[in-house]
Amino acid sequence: MPHKILRKRKLAHLVHDFVVEAPLVAEHAKPGHFIVVRLHEHGERIPLTIADVYPEEKAFRMIVRAVGKTTYELCMMKEGDEILDVVGPLGKPSEIEKYGRVLLIGGGVGIATLHPIAKALHEAGNEIISILGGRSAEYVIMQEEFKKFGEIVITTDDGTLGMKGVVTDAMEYLVKERGEKFDVAWAVGPTIMMKFAALKGKELGIPKVWVSLNPIMVDGTGMCGACRVTVGGEIKFACVDGPEFDGYQVEWDELMRRMTQYKKKEEEAFKRFLEKVGDVSWL
Amino acid sequence: MALNIPPKKTPIKEQDPKERIHNFNEVALGYTPEEAIAEAKRCITCPTKPCVSGCPVHIDIPTFIKYIKEGNFRAAIDTIKQYNNLPAICGRVCPQEDQCEAQCVVAKIPGHEPVAIGRLERFVADWEAEQGEVKIPEIKEKKGKKVAVVGAGPAGLTAAADLAKMGYDVTVFEAFHKPGGVLIYGIPEFRLPKRIVEREVEYIKKLGVKIMTNVVIGKSIPVDELLSEFDAVFIGVGAGAPKFIGVPGTNLNGVYSASEFLTRVNLMRAYEFPEYDTPIIVGKKVAVIGAGNTAMDAARTALRVGAEKVMIIYRRTEKEMPARLEEYHHAVEEGIEFHWLRQPKEYVGDEEGNVIGVRCAVMELGEPDESGRRRPVPTGEEDFIEADMVIEAIGQQAQKVLLDEFPQLKKNKWGYIDADLETGATNVKGVFAGGDIVTGAATVIEAMGAGKRAAKAIDRYLSGEWNPWE
Repeated sequence: MPHKILRKRKLAHLVHDFVVEAPLVAEHAKPGHFIVVRLHEHGERIPLTIADVYPEEKAFRMIVRAVGKTTYELCMMKEGDEILDVVGPLGKPSEIEKYGRVLLIGGGVGIATLHPIAKALHEAGNEIISILGGRSAEYVIMQEEFKKFGEIVITTDDGTLGMKGVVTDAMEYLVKERGEKFDVAWAVGPTIMMKFAALKGKELGIPKVWVSLNPIMVDGTGMCGACRVTVGGEIKFACVDGPEFDGYQVEWDELMRRMTQYKKKEEEAFKRFLEKVGDVSWL
Repeated sequence: MALNIPPKKTPIKEQDPKERIHNFNEVALGYTPEEAIAEAKRCITCPTKPCVSGCPVHIDIPTFIKYIKEGNFRAAIDTIKQYNNLPAICGRVCPQEDQCEAQCVVAKIPGHEPVAIGRLERFVADWEAEQGEVKIPEIKEKKGKKVAVVGAGPAGLTAAADLAKMGYDVTVFEAFHKPGGVLIYGIPEFRLPKRIVEREVEYIKKLGVKIMTNVVIGKSIPVDELLSEFDAVFIGVGAGAPKFIGVPGTNLNGVYSASEFLTRVNLMRAYEFPEYDTPIIVGKKVAVIGAGNTAMDAARTALRVGAEKVMIIYRRTEKEMPARLEEYHHAVEEGIEFHWLRQPKEYVGDEEGNVIGVRCAVMELGEPDESGRRRPVPTGEEDFIEADMVIEAIGQQAQKVLLDEFPQLKKNKWGYIDADLETGATNVKGVFAGGDIVTGAATVIEAMGAGKRAAKAIDRYLSGEWNPWE
């Protein structure tokens, strides 16, 4: 059954916010779950994250940044267009409970992944401070949503909004300068950001930093092992054992290396795509 | 009389190995009607018909072969379809040499090969498809009861088709975007063309079976919901999860499970990249670990997607190899190299984390183990095999997505579902299971057999004749 794009809007250059019909995802997704989509008959299966669910509309929200052929193609789709396959919700849900004080660290579209987790942690009665980071002001998405859960601290690489710097600078500021203490943290964003957020969390004495990994996947149901990652010295499949893991246990460098496996092929496909579609600077 | 029987099977035309390693077209080309009739005449229609007992679904083999002899192909296929919903598939991928053909009386005559039952089954199934419209059997009166089938592989599709024919309202849930299970993601195009699987799936849909793709039971639909919405459930989710030996270097770039490699190529059609979006990177020198059918499939696929050299690394020898002889022969013809008595100890990588070779322990055969095969033991020597791609094909394990979400379902010590082999009944009321998720990785036809037996048991349960949970 194809999945209609009910609403779509541009949040920033190459960053698009979708509401997509998918009754089973809307009904059953829990914080931390993800989905796999395939756009059309020739498409690849890619994992994407869930930003919110709207059971009454039988739809879910996802925020996608165009980085390669498939995500460009997706971001170029319009309201009313249909995505061929949406599978999910997949993965293990986040461990939501009342921890006390929780630090949430989101970078780029990882902020969207963090959103359902934040919502659930808030409902479970946690005190939340969120660090939202982006390259510049326009990439710091979902600020209003996160304000509902508590204080937000914004960082931008270029200083166009909030602190000039990266999310780990804000972590230092909160813990060292303000003397905040946290019982647990979640860091979701680009892999390199999660790696450094985990390192910083450890340095700052935060008991645990959960991260949500986004390695290469094919089926998303534990059938292929493409997404394997070493956690605590053991091979885990991010699709079924994760996607959330203890950030202190993840072998980050191996993961980042594995994520570049298809770089050349991805570039080739993207180049070919650009030749076909022409100028995409508007996206 | 025996003297009148040609000793050898009527040969089947095959694509030339030199050509076929450059394409994904089917290797074996199938019989012509004349060849089929000639082969059918090798069957002596013996009264004991031991072949039937060798068939997991008990096809009335002598009868369908008798019809082929008479040129009555319609009657032949109708006979098969009383027992088997997927004959074009079984005719191609069944290990007939261990099943029906292993029992054939003709083969008892010195110097004689058995009747080529598999090739004949394939012939009539393909003949029917060529006639255009495939005959849909009359569906009995609707029973008004709903059965869910989880997994659209051989076990699930068979159970679904049989239950639909009995008048049940059947819904099949498939996690992938295409039904067929291992027939689609696992077995390559050159051994089982996807159009044949699609054709058989269409037939099952015409029986009234609803197939819901992209639904992961346990995730998209919670188990409780499934149990409350259906009168009975059949689980046939297979043993598709890859196993890794777990030697150092397993996570190097260029090390794949056979499942990933074959799924990329078969299901996602990576061999047509960039026409299709899923990429595959094929090494120049590919090492496939293991010597079962999946290993042969992976090795022969690697060759077809452009590898210069493909090697199979196996810890025992040719004699203990689990692959079908036919597959092994095809692999040899295509130029696959075999490195016997080698056990990987480490995958060695370069500075960038790409695999460059396999460090192996050199083995020798010792005493027989519990499988009756001589156990490989290390000699203490080592060997280094250069490879820029490694594909591990050492076996599969239970698909756990559903099982993890269904803790009350009893599993055995290997993590498979503990189900009665005759009926498929599990410890949970109304829940049946069959195929690889019960037995561990086995054959397509054994899974179909389990699907058939479960369908019968589900019918008896739903019609109130039998209830093992009382």
